[in-house]
Amino acid sequence: MNYIIGAFKPACSITISLADGKSRKQVALKKENGKTVLIPVFHNQETISGKISIEPISGKKVEHNGIKIELLGQIEMYFDRGNFYDFTSLVRELDIPGEIYERKTFPFEFPTVEMPYETYNGANVRLRYVLKVSISRNYGGSIVEYQDFVVRNDSPPPSINNSIKMEVGIEDCLHIEFEYNKSKYHLKDVIVGKIYFLLVRIKIKNMDLEIRRRESTGSGTNTHVETETLAKFELMDGAPVREKVSPVTFSESIPVRLFLSPYELAPTYLNINNKFSVKYYLNLVLVDEEDRRYFKQQEITMYRLSETS
Amino acid sequence: MISDGVVEDEEKWLSAGIAGLQQNAFHMHRALDSNNLKDALKYSAQMLSELRTSRLSPHKYYELYMRAFDELRKLEIFFKEETSRGCSIVELYELVQHAGNILPRLYLLCTVGSVYIKSKEAPAKDVLKDLVEMCRGIQHPLRGLFLRSYLSQVSRDKLPDIGSEYEGRDADTVMDAVEFVLQNFTEMNKLWVRMQHQGPAREKDKRGKERGELRDLVGKNLHVLSQIEGVDLEMYKETVLPRVLEQVVNCKDELAQYYLMDCIIQVFPDEYHLQTLETLLSACPQLQSSVDVETVLSRLMERLSNYAASGSEVLPEFFQVEAFAKLNNSIGKVIEAQENMPIAGVVTLYASLLTFTLQVHPDRLDYIDQILGACVKKLSGREKLNDSKATKQIVALLSAPLEKYKDIDTALNLSNYPRIMECLNDGTHKEMANVIVQNILKNKTCISTAEKVDALFELIKGLIRDLDGDTHDELDADFIEEQNSVARLIQILHSDDPEEMLKVIETVRKHILTGGRKRLPYTVPPLIFSSLKLVRRLEKQEESVSGDEASTTPKKIFQLVTQTIEALTSIPVPELALGLYLQCAEAANDCDLEPVAYEFFTQAYILYEEEITDSKTQVTSIHLIIGTLQRMHVFGVENRDALTHKATGYSAKLLKKPDQCRAVYACSHLFWLDDHDSIRDEERVLLCLKRALRIANAVQQMANATRGSSGSALLFIEILNKYLYFYEKGVSQITVESIQDLIKLIRNEMQGDASPSDPAADAFLASTLRYIQFQKDKGGAVGDKYMLITD
Repeated sequence: MNYIIGAFKPACSITISLADGKSRKQVALKKENGKTVLIPVFHNQETISGKISIEPISGKKVEHNGIKIELLGQIEMYFDRGNFYDFTSLVRELDIPGEIYERKTFPFEFPTVEMPYETYNGANVRLRYVLKVSISRNYGGSIVEYQDFVVRNDSPPPSINNSIKMEVGIEDCLHIEFEYNKSKYHLKDVIVGKIYFLLVRIKIKNMDLEIRRRESTGSGTNTHVETETLAKFELMDGAPVREKVSPVTFSESIPVRLFLSPYELAPTYLNINNKFSVKYYLNLVLVDEEDRRYFKQQEITMYRLSETS
Repeated sequence: MISDGVVEDEEKWLSAGIAGLQQNAFHMHRALDSNNLKDALKYSAQMLSELRTSRLSPHKYYELYMRAFDELRKLEIFFKEETSRGCSIVELYELVQHAGNILPRLYLLCTVGSVYIKSKEAPAKDVLKDLVEMCRGIQHPLRGLFLRSYLSQVSRDKLPDIGSEYEGRDADTVMDAVEFVLQNFTEMNKLWVRMQHQGPAREKDKRGKERGELRDLVGKNLHVLSQIEGVDLEMYKETVLPRVLEQVVNCKDELAQYYLMDCIIQVFPDEYHLQTLETLLSACPQLQSSVDVETVLSRLMERLSNYAASGSEVLPEFFQVEAFAKLNNSIGKVIEAQENMPIAGVVTLYASLLTFTLQVHPDRLDYIDQILGACVKKLSGREKLNDSKATKQIVALLSAPLEKYKDIDTALNLSNYPRIMECLNDGTHKEMANVIVQNILKNKTCISTAEKVDALFELIKGLIRDLDGDTHDELDADFIEEQNSVARLIQILHSDDPEEMLKVIETVRKHILTGGRKRLPYTVPPLIFSSLKLVRRLEKQEESVSGDEASTTPKKIFQLVTQTIEALTSIPVPELALGLYLQCAEAANDCDLEPVAYEFFTQAYILYEEEITDSKTQVTSIHLIIGTLQRMHVFGVENRDALTHKATGYSAKLLKKPDQCRAVYACSHLFWLDDHDSIRDEERVLLCLKRALRIANAVQQMANATRGSSGSALLFIEILNKYLYFYEKGVSQITVESIQDLIKLIRNEMQGDASPSDPAADAFLASTLRYIQFQKDKGGAVGDKYMLITD
């Protein structure tokens, strides 16, 4: 029995260990099978180095036509399943064709790798980075081992960060003005703002602020747009009643303070390799007593602020 | 039925809410016990979500709120422990803000905020400012009110007040505390007012009621403000009051304005009100016209009055701020601003102002007159008041000065006083007049000039004469009571100067003669007596200061009196007039005015003959006549004869024999005056007595004839007493024999078979005999005389 099982088992085990694997930051990532695993994090232009150890199973030898390690950056569209677009592909030959009898270790290094895009798991698209070790054989197929890693790219605080101010309304029914303190937020930022009610003639039940992510994939006629609401935050219960717009009396203002940290947000991605883009919007929604919704959407830019700064 | 259903449903929703709350509270407790912050936050937020309901009335919502409140106390303790375990309060403050629903979020925020302030990691003012600002998110009136009430509750011991451990380092730390409370107050009031305008119009009244239940939530803020140590007069004047008033005025809500104005008045100290009168008052005319400003102002004035009454040392404060002028001015403005203010309100205002003035400026009659004048201005030109509330207030208004000064004199000096009385309807006028009279009587005020008396009677004319349209005839108890009071009033009028007194009498007379037949019987007698009193005084004076060239002579008075009594003739009260004539005659007698006295008697006789027809009245009248006549000494023989003759004649003509008998033996006294030697006509005395005996006999015979038994011997015994009297006085015609005969006769009468037993007669006889015995035993000249009498 053991023999039979042994026959289907890979002839050797491959371990990929990164040079600073112990000290490197890791994040939890949900795999397709539902398990979360901890995965190391890299930045753009970091050097990725480590060791590969190959250990044949108990005394068997492994014949191979060569061993290589690849660093791949892939974009996967869900509606086009199975097709990966590699936007980055680096290869290192580790060994010339031969045989391995015992545990053997190969160091590797990808110096200052260009990884301009962040790892992303969206509704219709996935961008991932992976280290792929393959032992090619004549028979029995190649033996392959993957090591995912995550790329996260901090950006500096934007030099220009204007507030968002806008006046919206329905003539003679509703007239509000809103103001968010910035147009660009980092992922742990707080949205602070105010909603001014200048005229309210509809019976507002409550007001929410939503964070929406708009993911658009493909191009041209083949564009898919998927919008998800990532946060729904109640700003107001009931409504200030204001019958007339009077220039003298100051309007009612409702404060906005939304902490972004509890939500799983990622930076805004504009045109990733001509394949997809991800944008964020603040959607102010007023709901009246008949559950009609009145809303106004404003794009905000998300960016990743260096955590050390 | 429908409302029952609603109530039932409400019960159901409430118990569902409570159940949900308790369930989540249970989980929360478990999380607290296991120090699981994340779960604690989760379940507490869920628990607080029950407060998001819109289905409960304020009353029921309060019940739910209180339960949540209790739970939040536990949570607060947990938060506090959590920070001592090393959890950063700042983090915690952020963490609770992750809650998606705003209401639970804000309750949690307030709870953590409270711990935050206690931790002193941030200045109290900053945390408070943030909390009060964040609470704006709840714009639903009911939920907002309760949330802010919660905020107020958890923050009230943490304000950065002077002397508080949370006092800020900068100079205007109190300002921060005040600012916080003011803001919370303003927002709560807005919510409270808004409540009125939400929901269907048909439930407006219900909403008004519900709002009434919530008002203390709003008012509490003012209370908190008043408790802040650092709010001194300066700050109150510059910040607190203007801000509160601004909100009150701007909210344009009847209920809120009334309640809050009242709150301000009740919550802050008196001296603050006094120093900020102008500001406070200037808000009044700006209130909605439906607001019961008069009550508000009245309360204010009431407070100030009480303050003024608390001690004289505070009075200078009042003068300094010219409280009166300000109040007066403001009242004028309020009345002007509120066109449709009911007249009752106007009067209430003036009445309060008056009370205030009396307390603060008791010496300023001009102020009081000014108030009354303003009141008159408002009242005149409209129909007489019929509004019961208004009239009640007017009575209060008019009574106030009387009570204060206890002296009608003062009121009479107020030129506008009578003018207000003019505006009253008859009933009230009367009531007020009564109050005035009672006041005079109670305080025994002496009114001594004709001028004042005239004014007074003009004032109380409601009692003096029938006002138009009031002619019902029945004499009810109230009326009699009133008239008796007037009578007492007339008695109390007095001037030491006879001349003035005469004028007073003339004035009174002028007034009471307009009183009509109902009143004259009550008002004339006291006037007559008052006049006679004057007559007697004059007489005494003449004795002491003879030769005084006085214009006031008894004669003149008697003329007046005659005319006055004559007024009674139009009313069938002859016995009263007769009595008065006799009184006058006696007075004239004292003044030695024979013709006058004779004239009075004549009048009395005429009345007796022509008017008095009732036999019972005749009997009493004849005894009056006899009694008076007996005391007259002014008459010459002729006049006296004429009068006595008439009197005896009348006596004999009485209808009932026993009456005749008694009148006749009474007449005997007319002929024997102890102190006047000239009037001692023994013969006629005897004649009278004999005649009486004869009549008594006739009575007995009549009794025998009609009833078959003789009557009582009472008459005889009475006559025996007369005999004894004259015997004792030494009337020689009365002999011992005649007395003894009489006694014998009486004994016979009483022992006769036919005679009925009469205990009264027995007793009378027994005591008469005892008297004889007593005199005998006493001895002396009289005793000797009696010794002659033997049974």
